[in-house]
Amino acid sequence: MTQLALVIDLNVCVGCHACVTSCKQWNTSGWAGPLVDENPYDAHPTGTFFNRVQMFEVGTFPNTELVHFPKSCLHCEEPPCVPVCPTGASYKREDNGVVLVDYDKCIGCKYCSWACPYGMRELDMQQQVMKKCTLCIDRITDPSLPEDRRKPACVLACPTSARLFGDVHDPDSEVSIAIRERGGYPLMPEWATKPSNHYLPRRKTRMHITEDDLRRADNPLRHEDITVYTGEETLDDVTW
Amino acid sequence: MHPAFSVILLTTLLGAGQGVFLALVTGQVYASIKLIEAQDASFYVGGSVITIILLISGLIASFFHLGRPERAWRAAAKWRTSWLSREVIILPALMILVAFYGLVHWLGWTNPLFIAGADALPIDASLVLGVIGAVLAFALFVSTAMIYANVEFIAEWHSPLTVANFTFLGLGSGFMLAAAYSAALGNHLVTFYGTWAVIFTVIGLVSRGASLLRNRHIKPKSNLQSAIGVRHRLITQRAQGFTGGSFNTREFFHHAPPAVLQRMRTSFLILVFPVPILLIAIAYVSQSATLPIIAFLLQYTGLIAERWLFFADAQHPQNLYYQSVA
Repeated sequence: MTQLALVIDLNVCVGCHACVTSCKQWNTSGWAGPLVDENPYDAHPTGTFFNRVQMFEVGTFPNTELVHFPKSCLHCEEPPCVPVCPTGASYKREDNGVVLVDYDKCIGCKYCSWACPYGMRELDMQQQVMKKCTLCIDRITDPSLPEDRRKPACVLACPTSARLFGDVHDPDSEVSIAIRERGGYPLMPEWATKPSNHYLPRRKTRMHITEDDLRRADNPLRHEDITVYTGEETLDDVTW
Repeated sequence: MHPAFSVILLTTLLGAGQGVFLALVTGQVYASIKLIEAQDASFYVGGSVITIILLISGLIASFFHLGRPERAWRAAAKWRTSWLSREVIILPALMILVAFYGLVHWLGWTNPLFIAGADALPIDASLVLGVIGAVLAFALFVSTAMIYANVEFIAEWHSPLTVANFTFLGLGSGFMLAAAYSAALGNHLVTFYGTWAVIFTVIGLVSRGASLLRNRHIKPKSNLQSAIGVRHRLITQRAQGFTGGSFNTREFFHHAPPAVLQRMRTSFLILVFPVPILLIAIAYVSQSATLPIIAFLLQYTGLIAERWLFFADAQHPQNLYYQSVA
Protein backbone atom coordinates (compact mmCIF):
# COMPACT_ATOMS: atom_id res chain seq x y z
CA MET A 1 0.00 0.00 0.00
CA THR A 2 1.17 3.49 -0.76
CA GLN A 3 1.35 6.10 1.96
CA LEU A 4 2.28 9.49 0.59
CA ALA A 5 3.80 11.86 3.10
CA LEU A 6 6.15 14.75 3.66
CA VAL A 7 9.49 14.57 5.39
CA ILE A 8 10.52 17.96 6.71
CA ASP A 9 14.16 18.63 7.42
CA LEU A 10 14.35 21.00 10.37
CA ASN A 11 18.08 21.19 9.85
CA VAL A 12 17.78 23.18 6.66
CA CYS A 13 14.42 24.94 7.12
CA VAL A 14 15.13 28.65 7.34
CA GLY A 15 11.59 29.68 8.21
CA CYS A 16 11.00 31.72 5.06
CA HIS A 17 7.29 30.85 4.78
CA ALA A 18 7.63 30.09 1.05
CA CYS A 19 5.79 26.81 1.66
CA VAL A 20 3.00 28.68 3.43
CA THR A 21 2.44 31.19 0.66
CA SER A 22 2.78 28.70 -2.19
CA CYS A 23 0.37 26.36 -0.40
CA LYS A 24 -2.11 29.17 0.08
CA GLN A 25 -1.74 30.33 -3.52
CA TRP A 26 -2.22 26.88 -5.01
CA ASN A 27 -5.02 25.76 -2.75
CA THR A 28 -6.99 28.99 -2.81
CA SER A 29 -7.04 28.94 -6.61
CA GLY A 30 -8.22 25.40 -7.20
CA TRP A 31 -11.48 23.69 -7.91
CA ALA A 32 -12.20 23.22 -4.21
CA GLY A 33 -12.87 26.92 -3.70
CA PRO A 34 -10.90 29.58 -1.87
CA LEU A 35 -9.13 29.34 1.45
CA VAL A 36 -10.96 32.29 2.88
CA ASP A 37 -9.26 35.23 4.57
CA GLU A 38 -11.01 37.86 6.63
CA ASN A 39 -9.63 41.36 7.19
CA PRO A 40 -6.45 40.44 5.32
CA TYR A 41 -5.27 44.06 5.19
CA ASP A 42 -6.95 45.25 8.35
CA ALA A 43 -6.68 44.86 12.08
CA HIS A 44 -7.11 41.27 13.30
CA PRO A 45 -6.48 39.45 10.03
CA THR A 46 -7.47 35.81 10.07
CA GLY A 47 -7.77 33.08 7.52
CA THR A 48 -7.60 29.43 6.63
CA PHE A 49 -4.23 27.88 5.96
CA PHE A 50 -3.17 24.31 5.36
CA ASN A 51 0.38 25.00 6.40
CA ARG A 52 1.95 27.22 9.02
CA VAL A 53 5.55 27.84 9.98
CA GLN A 54 6.11 28.36 13.67
CA MET A 55 9.21 29.29 15.58
CA PHE A 56 10.45 27.81 18.82
CA GLU A 57 13.40 29.02 20.83
CA VAL A 58 15.29 26.18 22.46
CA GLY A 59 17.47 26.82 25.51
CA THR A 60 18.41 30.02 27.29
CA PHE A 61 20.49 32.87 25.94
CA PRO A 62 23.25 32.70 24.83
CA ASN A 63 22.92 28.96 24.30
CA THR A 64 19.81 29.22 22.19
CA GLU A 65 18.75 28.11 18.81
CA LEU A 66 15.64 28.96 16.87
CA VAL A 67 13.80 25.98 15.42
CA HIS A 68 11.62 26.81 12.44
CA PHE A 69 8.77 24.38 12.53
CA PRO A 70 6.53 23.91 9.46
CA LYS A 71 3.24 22.43 10.58
CA SER A 72 0.64 20.76 8.38
CA CYS A 73 -1.55 17.66 8.43
CA LEU A 74 0.57 14.59 9.14
CA HIS A 75 -1.70 12.19 7.20
CA CYS A 76 -1.66 9.71 10.06
CA GLU A 77 -1.78 6.02 9.33
CA GLU A 78 -4.37 5.76 12.11
CA PRO A 79 -6.09 9.13 11.71
CA PRO A 80 -8.18 9.77 14.84
CA CYS A 81 -10.11 12.47 12.97
CA VAL A 82 -11.65 10.03 10.48
CA PRO A 83 -13.75 7.61 12.60
CA VAL A 84 -15.32 10.45 14.62
CA CYS A 85 -16.74 12.16 11.53
CA PRO A 86 -20.50 11.59 11.61
CA THR A 87 -21.03 12.06 7.87
CA GLY A 88 -18.06 10.26 6.36
CA ALA A 89 -16.84 13.56 4.91
CA SER A 90 -13.47 12.95 6.52
CA TYR A 91 -11.75 9.97 4.96
CA LYS A 92 -8.40 8.42 4.20
CA ARG A 93 -7.80 7.57 0.56
CA GLU A 94 -7.28 3.86 0.05
CA ASP A 95 -4.87 4.20 -2.85
CA ASN A 96 -2.36 6.68 -1.45
CA GLY A 97 -3.19 7.19 2.23
CA VAL A 98 -3.93 10.92 1.97
CA VAL A 99 -6.45 12.11 4.58
CA LEU A 100 -9.05 14.32 2.93
CA VAL A 101 -12.31 16.12 3.63
CA ASP A 102 -15.21 15.96 1.21
CA TYR A 103 -16.28 19.61 1.32
CA ASP A 104 -19.70 18.68 -0.09
CA LYS A 105 -20.47 16.32 2.78
CA CYS A 106 -18.93 18.19 5.72
CA ILE A 107 -21.52 19.69 8.08
CA GLY A 108 -18.98 21.83 9.96
CA CYS A 109 -19.52 20.20 13.36
CA LYS A 110 -15.79 20.62 14.22
CA TYR A 111 -15.68 17.21 15.92
CA CYS A 112 -12.76 16.06 13.77
CA SER A 113 -10.74 19.09 14.86
CA TRP A 114 -11.24 18.07 18.49
CA ALA A 115 -10.04 14.58 17.63
CA CYS A 116 -6.77 15.80 16.09
CA PRO A 117 -4.10 16.23 18.79
CA TYR A 118 -1.98 18.34 16.44
CA GLY A 119 -4.59 21.00 15.62
CA MET A 120 -4.05 20.52 11.92
CA ARG A 121 -7.64 21.12 10.86
CA GLU A 122 -9.18 24.55 10.40
CA LEU A 123 -12.80 25.47 9.83
CA ASP A 124 -13.22 27.78 6.88
CA MET A 125 -14.98 30.89 8.11
CA GLN A 126 -17.09 31.47 5.02
CA GLN A 127 -17.62 28.00 3.58
CA GLN A 128 -18.09 26.64 7.10
CA VAL A 129 -16.52 23.31 6.28
CA MET A 130 -13.41 21.75 7.76
CA LYS A 131 -10.25 22.21 5.75
CA LYS A 132 -6.86 20.65 5.95
CA CYS A 133 -3.74 19.87 3.95
CA THR A 134 -4.56 17.67 0.95
CA LEU A 135 -0.91 17.14 -0.02
CA CYS A 136 -2.10 19.04 -3.12
CA ILE A 137 -4.10 16.01 -4.15
CA ASP A 138 -5.04 17.79 -7.40
CA ARG A 139 -1.37 18.17 -8.32
CA ILE A 140 0.04 14.84 -7.21
CA THR A 141 -2.67 12.81 -8.97
CA ASP A 142 -2.73 14.89 -12.15
CA PRO A 143 -1.26 12.79 -14.99
CA SER A 144 -1.21 15.81 -17.31
CA LEU A 145 1.62 17.32 -15.27
CA PRO A 146 5.19 16.22 -15.95
CA GLU A 147 6.19 13.61 -13.42
CA ASP A 148 8.68 15.79 -11.54
CA ARG A 149 5.98 18.44 -11.06
CA ARG A 150 3.53 16.01 -9.45
CA LYS A 151 4.48 17.19 -6.01
CA PRO A 152 2.78 19.37 -3.39
CA ALA A 153 3.18 23.10 -3.97
CA CYS A 154 5.10 23.51 -0.71
CA VAL A 155 7.70 20.93 -1.76
CA LEU A 156 8.26 22.63 -5.11
CA ALA A 157 8.51 26.05 -3.48
CA CYS A 158 10.97 25.26 -0.70
CA PRO A 159 14.21 27.08 -1.55
CA THR A 160 16.34 24.89 0.71
CA SER A 161 14.74 21.57 -0.23
CA ALA A 162 13.73 21.09 3.38
CA ARG A 163 10.58 19.30 2.28
CA LEU A 164 10.76 15.85 0.77
CA PHE A 165 7.71 14.12 -0.66
CA GLY A 166 7.14 10.48 -1.38
CA ASP A 167 5.84 7.08 -0.33
CA VAL A 168 6.92 6.26 3.21
CA HIS A 169 5.84 2.64 2.75
CA ASP A 170 8.34 2.08 -0.05
CA PRO A 171 11.60 1.33 1.78
CA ASP A 172 13.68 2.57 -1.15
CA SER A 173 11.95 5.91 -1.61
CA GLU A 174 13.78 9.16 -0.94
CA VAL A 175 11.60 9.84 2.10
CA SER A 176 12.04 6.37 3.62
CA ILE A 177 15.79 6.55 3.21
CA ALA A 178 15.82 10.02 4.75
CA ILE A 179 13.77 8.85 7.74
CA ARG A 180 15.93 5.77 8.18
CA GLU A 181 19.34 7.32 7.72
CA ARG A 182 18.83 10.79 9.12
CA GLY A 183 16.85 10.10 12.28
CA GLY A 184 13.37 10.96 11.03
CA TYR A 185 10.80 11.09 13.84
CA PRO A 186 7.01 11.48 14.12
CA LEU A 187 5.28 14.14 16.24
CA MET A 188 3.68 13.18 19.55
CA PRO A 189 4.52 9.48 19.32
CA GLU A 190 2.72 9.00 22.65
CA TRP A 191 -0.60 8.81 20.82
CA ALA A 192 -1.50 5.86 18.62
CA THR A 193 -1.94 8.07 15.57
CA LYS A 194 1.13 6.89 13.64
CA PRO A 195 1.78 10.09 11.67
CA SER A 196 3.03 9.49 8.14
CA ASN A 197 4.82 12.82 7.93
CA HIS A 198 8.19 12.77 9.63
CA TYR A 199 10.63 15.42 10.71
CA LEU A 200 14.39 15.27 10.37
CA PRO A 201 16.16 16.65 13.44
CA ARG A 202 18.54 19.55 13.73
CA ARG A 203 22.15 18.41 13.40
CA LYS A 204 25.20 20.31 14.56
CA THR A 205 27.89 20.75 11.93
CA ARG A 206 31.17 20.52 13.81
CA MET A 207 34.81 20.87 12.69
CA HIS A 208 37.17 18.27 13.98
CA ILE A 209 40.68 19.77 14.25
CA THR A 210 43.52 17.56 15.29
CA GLU A 211 47.02 18.44 16.40
CA ASP A 212 48.30 17.48 12.96
CA ASP A 213 45.84 19.88 11.35
CA LEU A 214 47.20 22.71 13.51
CA ARG A 215 50.80 21.86 12.69
CA ARG A 216 49.74 21.52 9.05
CA ALA A 217 51.52 18.21 8.96
CA ASP A 218 50.46 17.58 5.37
CA ASN A 219 51.51 21.01 4.08
CA PRO A 220 54.34 20.42 1.60
CA LEU A 221 55.58 24.03 1.99
CA ARG A 222 56.32 23.31 5.59
CA HIS A 223 59.24 21.13 4.58
CA GLU A 224 60.65 23.64 2.16
CA ASP A 225 61.42 26.13 4.94
CA ILE A 226 64.94 24.93 5.54
CA THR A 227 66.26 28.05 7.28
CA VAL A 228 67.45 27.20 10.74
CA TYR A 229 66.87 30.02 13.24
CA THR A 230 68.89 30.08 16.38
CA GLY A 231 67.55 33.14 18.25
CA GLU A 232 68.91 35.87 15.95
CA GLU A 233 66.76 38.72 14.66
CA THR A 234 64.63 37.71 11.70
CA LEU A 235 62.51 39.69 9.26
CA ASP A 236 59.51 38.90 11.47
CA ASP A 237 60.91 41.15 14.20
CA VAL A 238 61.25 44.19 12.00
CA THR A 239 58.67 46.92 12.33
CA TRP A 240 57.80 48.29 8.93
CA MET B 1 -11.77 24.39 24.78
CA HIS B 2 -14.06 27.22 23.77
CA PRO B 3 -17.42 26.76 25.52
CA ALA B 4 -19.89 27.06 22.64
CA PHE B 5 -23.25 28.19 23.94
CA SER B 6 -25.06 26.02 21.38
CA VAL B 7 -23.49 22.85 22.76
CA ILE B 8 -24.00 23.93 26.37
CA LEU B 9 -27.72 24.39 25.68
CA LEU B 10 -27.89 21.21 23.61
CA THR B 11 -26.45 18.96 26.30
CA THR B 12 -28.30 20.53 29.23
CA LEU B 13 -31.68 20.71 27.47
CA LEU B 14 -31.41 17.14 26.20
CA GLY B 15 -30.32 15.95 29.64
CA ALA B 16 -33.32 17.57 31.32
CA GLY B 17 -35.62 16.28 28.56
CA GLN B 18 -34.41 12.70 28.85
CA GLY B 19 -34.55 12.98 32.64
CA VAL B 20 -38.14 14.23 32.71
CA PHE B 21 -39.20 11.46 30.32
CA LEU B 22 -37.49 8.86 32.50
CA ALA B 23 -39.29 10.43 35.47
CA LEU B 24 -42.64 10.01 33.69
CA VAL B 25 -41.93 6.37 32.89
CA THR B 26 -40.67 5.72 36.42
CA GLY B 27 -43.81 7.31 37.80
CA GLN B 28 -45.97 5.20 35.52
CA VAL B 29 -44.23 1.98 36.55
CA TYR B 30 -44.58 2.88 40.22
CA ALA B 31 -48.24 3.77 39.70
CA SER B 32 -49.00 0.58 37.80
CA ILE B 33 -47.75 -1.50 40.70
CA LYS B 34 -49.68 0.85 42.99
CA LEU B 35 -46.72 2.20 44.92
CA ILE B 36 -47.79 5.75 44.20
CA GLU B 37 -51.06 7.33 43.33
CA ALA B 38 -52.09 6.86 39.68
CA GLN B 39 -52.25 9.92 37.46
CA ASP B 40 -54.72 10.54 34.69
CA ALA B 41 -53.71 10.68 31.05
CA SER B 42 -53.29 14.47 30.95
CA PHE B 43 -50.33 14.21 33.34
CA TYR B 44 -48.43 12.00 30.92
CA VAL B 45 -49.56 13.96 27.85
CA GLY B 46 -48.35 17.20 29.43
CA GLY B 47 -45.11 15.54 30.51
CA SER B 48 -44.53 14.20 27.01
CA VAL B 49 -45.13 17.68 25.60
CA ILE B 50 -42.54 19.12 28.02
CA THR B 51 -40.07 16.38 27.03
CA ILE B 52 -40.57 17.03 23.33
CA ILE B 53 -40.23 20.78 23.78
CA LEU B 54 -36.92 20.26 25.61
CA LEU B 55 -35.64 17.77 23.04
CA ILE B 56 -36.61 20.01 20.12
CA SER B 57 -35.04 23.06 21.81
CA GLY B 58 -31.86 21.02 22.25
CA LEU B 59 -31.97 19.97 18.62
CA ILE B 60 -32.47 23.58 17.50
CA ALA B 61 -29.53 24.65 19.70
CA SER B 62 -27.37 21.95 18.09
CA PHE B 63 -28.02 23.41 14.64
CA PHE B 64 -26.33 26.61 15.74
CA HIS B 65 -23.19 24.61 16.36
CA LEU B 66 -23.04 23.38 12.78
CA GLY B 67 -21.36 25.30 10.02
CA ARG B 68 -23.68 23.72 7.48
CA PRO B 69 -26.94 22.93 9.30
CA GLU B 70 -28.75 22.20 6.03
CA ARG B 71 -26.60 19.09 5.68
CA ALA B 72 -27.28 17.84 9.22
CA TRP B 73 -29.15 14.80 7.90
CA ARG B 74 -25.86 13.44 6.61
CA ALA B 75 -24.69 13.04 10.19
CA ALA B 76 -26.56 9.74 10.54
CA ALA B 77 -24.18 8.04 8.11
CA LYS B 78 -21.28 6.82 10.22
CA TRP B 79 -23.00 5.32 13.26
CA ARG B 80 -20.60 2.41 13.24
CA THR B 81 -17.67 4.57 14.28
CA SER B 82 -18.92 7.97 15.44
CA TRP B 83 -20.71 8.63 18.72
CA LEU B 84 -21.94 11.90 17.26
CA SER B 85 -23.64 9.95 14.51
CA ARG B 86 -25.19 7.62 17.08
CA GLU B 87 -26.54 10.61 18.99
CA VAL B 88 -27.99 12.01 15.78
CA ILE B 89 -29.87 8.75 15.21
CA ILE B 90 -31.05 8.15 18.78
CA LEU B 91 -32.34 11.69 19.38
CA PRO B 92 -35.07 11.70 16.69
CA ALA B 93 -35.92 8.08 17.54
CA LEU B 94 -36.47 9.14 21.15
CA MET B 95 -38.55 12.12 20.03
CA ILE B 96 -40.81 9.87 17.96
CA LEU B 97 -41.19 7.42 20.83
CA VAL B 98 -42.02 10.17 23.29
CA ALA B 99 -44.55 11.56 20.81
CA PHE B 100 -46.20 8.14 20.50
CA TYR B 101 -46.04 7.69 24.25
CA GLY B 102 -47.92 10.96 24.73
CA LEU B 103 -50.32 10.11 21.90
CA VAL B 104 -51.18 6.70 23.37
CA HIS B 105 -51.97 8.35 26.70
CA TRP B 106 -53.95 11.09 24.99
CA LEU B 107 -56.05 8.62 23.00
CA GLY B 108 -56.52 6.50 26.11
CA TRP B 109 -55.10 3.31 24.63
CA THR B 110 -54.03 2.25 28.06
CA ASN B 111 -56.04 -0.94 28.53
CA PRO B 112 -53.59 -3.62 29.61
CA LEU B 113 -52.39 -5.78 26.73
CA PHE B 114 -51.51 -8.50 29.21
CA ILE B 115 -50.71 -8.78 32.86
CA ALA B 116 -47.25 -9.82 33.91
CA GLY B 117 -46.74 -11.91 37.00
CA ALA B 118 -49.62 -13.06 39.13
CA ASP B 119 -51.90 -10.09 38.64
CA ALA B 120 -49.02 -7.84 39.56
CA LEU B 121 -47.97 -5.64 36.64
CA PRO B 122 -50.52 -4.72 33.97
CA ILE B 123 -48.68 -3.92 30.77
CA ASP B 124 -50.28 -1.56 28.29
CA ALA B 125 -49.07 0.03 25.07
CA SER B 126 -47.87 3.20 26.80
CA LEU B 127 -45.72 1.21 29.23
CA VAL B 128 -44.12 -0.73 26.36
CA LEU B 129 -43.38 2.55 24.54
CA GLY B 130 -42.21 4.08 27.81
CA VAL B 131 -39.73 1.30 28.54
CA ILE B 132 -38.33 1.34 24.99
CA GLY B 133 -38.12 5.13 25.28
CA ALA B 134 -36.32 4.78 28.61
CA VAL B 135 -33.74 2.51 27.01
CA LEU B 136 -33.30 5.07 24.22
CA ALA B 137 -33.03 7.89 26.75
CA PHE B 138 -30.19 6.07 28.51
CA ALA B 139 -28.58 5.29 25.16
CA LEU B 140 -28.78 9.00 24.36
CA PHE B 141 -27.10 9.89 27.67
CA VAL B 142 -24.30 7.47 26.83
CA SER B 143 -23.85 8.63 23.23
CA THR B 144 -23.97 12.34 24.10
CA ALA B 145 -21.39 11.84 26.83
CA MET B 146 -19.24 9.49 24.76
CA ILE B 147 -18.85 12.21 22.12
CA TYR B 148 -16.65 13.87 24.73
CA ALA B 149 -15.41 10.90 26.73
CA ASN B 150 -14.19 9.26 23.53
CA VAL B 151 -11.79 12.09 22.66
CA GLU B 152 -8.68 10.51 24.14
CA PHE B 153 -6.61 13.64 23.57
CA ILE B 154 -8.64 15.68 26.05
CA ALA B 155 -7.74 13.97 29.32
CA GLU B 156 -10.31 15.98 31.29
CA TRP B 157 -13.07 14.34 29.23
CA HIS B 158 -11.56 10.95 28.56
CA SER B 159 -13.05 9.21 31.56
CA PRO B 160 -16.14 7.17 32.49
CA LEU B 161 -16.91 10.01 34.90
CA THR B 162 -18.00 12.09 31.91
CA VAL B 163 -20.73 9.56 31.13
CA ALA B 164 -21.72 9.42 34.80
CA ASN B 165 -21.89 13.22 35.03
CA PHE B 166 -24.01 13.65 31.92
CA THR B 167 -26.34 10.87 33.04
CA PHE B 168 -26.81 11.77 36.69
CA LEU B 169 -26.95 15.53 36.18
CA GLY B 170 -29.47 14.96 33.38
CA LEU B 171 -31.51 12.65 35.60
CA GLY B 172 -31.27 15.08 38.51
CA SER B 173 -32.51 18.04 36.49
CA GLY B 174 -35.16 15.93 34.74
CA PHE B 175 -36.61 14.58 37.97
CA MET B 176 -36.38 18.07 39.44
CA LEU B 177 -38.42 19.29 36.48
CA ALA B 178 -40.91 16.47 37.06
CA ALA B 179 -41.22 17.61 40.68
CA ALA B 180 -41.75 21.19 39.49
CA TYR B 181 -44.34 19.99 36.96
CA SER B 182 -46.16 18.03 39.65
CA ALA B 183 -46.02 21.02 41.96
CA ALA B 184 -47.46 23.26 39.25
CA LEU B 185 -50.29 20.77 38.69
CA GLY B 186 -50.73 20.43 42.43
CA ASN B 187 -50.64 16.62 42.53
CA HIS B 188 -49.02 14.42 45.14
CA LEU B 189 -46.00 13.29 43.18
CA VAL B 190 -43.82 16.23 44.24
CA THR B 191 -42.31 14.26 47.09
CA PHE B 192 -41.78 11.17 44.94
CA TYR B 193 -40.03 13.06 42.14
CA GLY B 194 -38.34 15.43 44.56
CA THR B 195 -36.80 12.52 46.46
CA TRP B 196 -35.47 10.93 43.29
CA ALA B 197 -34.23 14.33 42.10
CA VAL B 198 -32.28 14.72 45.33
CA ILE B 199 -30.87 11.19 45.06
CA PHE B 200 -29.68 11.73 41.49
CA THR B 201 -28.36 15.19 42.33
CA VAL B 202 -26.32 13.76 45.20
CA ILE B 203 -24.91 10.99 42.97
CA GLY B 204 -24.21 13.72 40.39
CA LEU B 205 -22.34 15.69 43.06
CA VAL B 206 -20.21 12.65 43.85
CA SER B 207 -19.33 11.94 40.21
CA ARG B 208 -18.87 15.59 39.20
CA GLY B 209 -16.83 16.22 42.34
CA ALA B 210 -14.71 13.21 41.49
CA SER B 211 -14.10 14.53 37.99
CA LEU B 212 -13.19 17.98 39.35
CA LEU B 213 -10.66 16.35 41.68
CA ARG B 214 -9.37 14.14 38.88
CA ASN B 215 -8.93 17.13 36.57
CA ARG B 216 -6.84 18.93 39.17
CA HIS B 217 -4.18 16.25 39.04
CA ILE B 218 -4.07 15.45 35.35
CA LYS B 219 -0.61 15.08 33.94
CA PRO B 220 -0.68 15.97 30.24
CA LYS B 221 0.55 13.14 28.05
CA SER B 222 1.99 15.49 25.43
CA ASN B 223 4.41 18.33 25.96
CA LEU B 224 6.29 20.78 23.80
CA GLN B 225 9.19 18.33 23.56
CA SER B 226 7.09 15.63 21.96
CA ALA B 227 5.06 18.18 20.01
CA ILE B 228 8.03 19.41 18.00
CA GLY B 229 10.42 16.56 18.74
CA VAL B 230 13.22 18.56 20.32
CA ARG B 231 14.66 17.15 23.51
CA HIS B 232 15.27 20.15 25.69
CA ARG B 233 13.65 21.22 28.94
CA LEU B 234 13.43 24.86 27.90
CA ILE B 235 11.47 25.47 24.73
CA THR B 236 9.62 28.73 24.20
CA GLN B 237 7.39 29.51 21.31
CA ARG B 238 8.41 32.73 19.59
CA ALA B 239 5.94 32.73 16.70
CA GLN B 240 2.86 30.66 15.93
CA GLY B 241 2.87 31.49 12.25
CA PHE B 242 0.39 34.35 12.19
CA THR B 243 -0.30 37.53 14.10
CA GLY B 244 -4.11 37.55 14.02
CA GLY B 245 -6.22 34.72 15.34
CA SER B 246 -7.07 31.50 13.60
CA PHE B 247 -9.52 28.67 14.07
CA ASN B 248 -6.94 27.07 16.34
CA THR B 249 -6.81 30.03 18.70
CA ARG B 250 -10.59 30.47 18.73
CA GLU B 251 -11.88 26.91 19.05
CA PHE B 252 -9.45 25.49 21.58
CA PHE B 253 -9.03 28.37 24.03
CA HIS B 254 -11.70 29.86 26.28
CA HIS B 255 -9.83 33.19 26.64
CA ALA B 256 -11.43 33.70 30.04
CA PRO B 257 -9.37 34.85 33.04
CA PRO B 258 -8.90 32.30 35.85
CA ALA B 259 -11.23 34.32 38.07
CA VAL B 260 -14.13 33.65 35.71
CA LEU B 261 -13.45 29.93 35.81
CA GLN B 262 -13.33 30.02 39.58
CA ARG B 263 -16.59 31.96 39.68
CA MET B 264 -18.26 29.49 37.33
CA ARG B 265 -17.03 26.57 39.43
CA THR B 266 -18.30 28.09 42.66
CA SER B 267 -21.65 29.08 41.20
CA PHE B 268 -22.38 25.70 39.66
CA LEU B 269 -21.33 23.88 42.82
CA ILE B 270 -23.83 26.03 44.74
CA LEU B 271 -26.66 26.22 42.20
CA VAL B 272 -26.71 22.61 41.02
CA PHE B 273 -26.33 20.78 44.32
CA PRO B 274 -27.11 22.37 47.72
CA VAL B 275 -29.63 25.02 46.67
CA PRO B 276 -32.13 22.78 44.83
CA ILE B 277 -31.80 20.07 47.49
CA LEU B 278 -32.50 22.64 50.19
CA LEU B 279 -35.44 24.11 48.27
CA ILE B 280 -36.95 20.67 47.72
CA ALA B 281 -36.53 19.90 51.40
CA ILE B 282 -38.25 23.16 52.36
CA ALA B 283 -40.99 22.47 49.80
CA TYR B 284 -41.49 19.05 51.40
CA VAL B 285 -42.04 20.65 54.79
CA SER B 286 -43.98 23.72 53.66
CA GLN B 287 -45.94 22.01 50.84
CA SER B 288 -45.02 24.98 48.66
CA ALA B 289 -45.96 24.74 44.99
CA THR B 290 -43.48 27.33 43.76
CA LEU B 291 -40.29 26.19 45.46
CA PRO B 292 -39.81 23.05 43.30
CA ILE B 293 -40.18 25.21 40.19
CA ILE B 294 -37.57 27.64 41.51
CA ALA B 295 -35.40 24.67 42.45
CA PHE B 296 -35.47 23.38 38.87
CA LEU B 297 -34.81 26.79 37.32
CA LEU B 298 -31.85 27.44 39.63
CA GLN B 299 -30.46 23.96 39.04
CA TYR B 300 -30.77 24.35 35.28
CA THR B 301 -28.98 27.71 35.45
CA GLY B 302 -26.27 26.03 37.48
CA LEU B 303 -26.00 23.26 34.91
CA ILE B 304 -25.28 25.84 32.21
CA ALA B 305 -22.34 27.03 34.32
CA GLU B 306 -21.35 23.40 34.91
CA ARG B 307 -21.29 22.66 31.18
CA TRP B 308 -19.42 25.92 30.49
CA LEU B 309 -16.73 24.84 32.90
CA PHE B 310 -16.72 21.33 31.43
CA PHE B 311 -15.55 22.87 28.16
CA ALA B 312 -13.33 25.56 29.65
CA ASP B 313 -11.52 23.00 31.83
CA ALA B 314 -10.61 20.83 28.85
CA GLN B 315 -7.01 21.26 27.71
CA HIS B 316 -6.38 20.21 24.13
CA PRO B 317 -2.82 19.15 23.22
CA GLN B 318 -2.97 21.30 20.08
CA ASN B 319 -2.71 24.31 22.41
CA LEU B 320 0.98 23.45 22.77
CA TYR B 321 1.47 24.82 19.25
CA TYR B 322 -0.35 28.08 19.96
CA GLN B 323 1.27 29.66 22.99
CA SER B 324 2.69 32.88 21.61
CA VAL B 325 1.53 35.32 18.97
CA ALA B 326 4.32 37.60 17.78
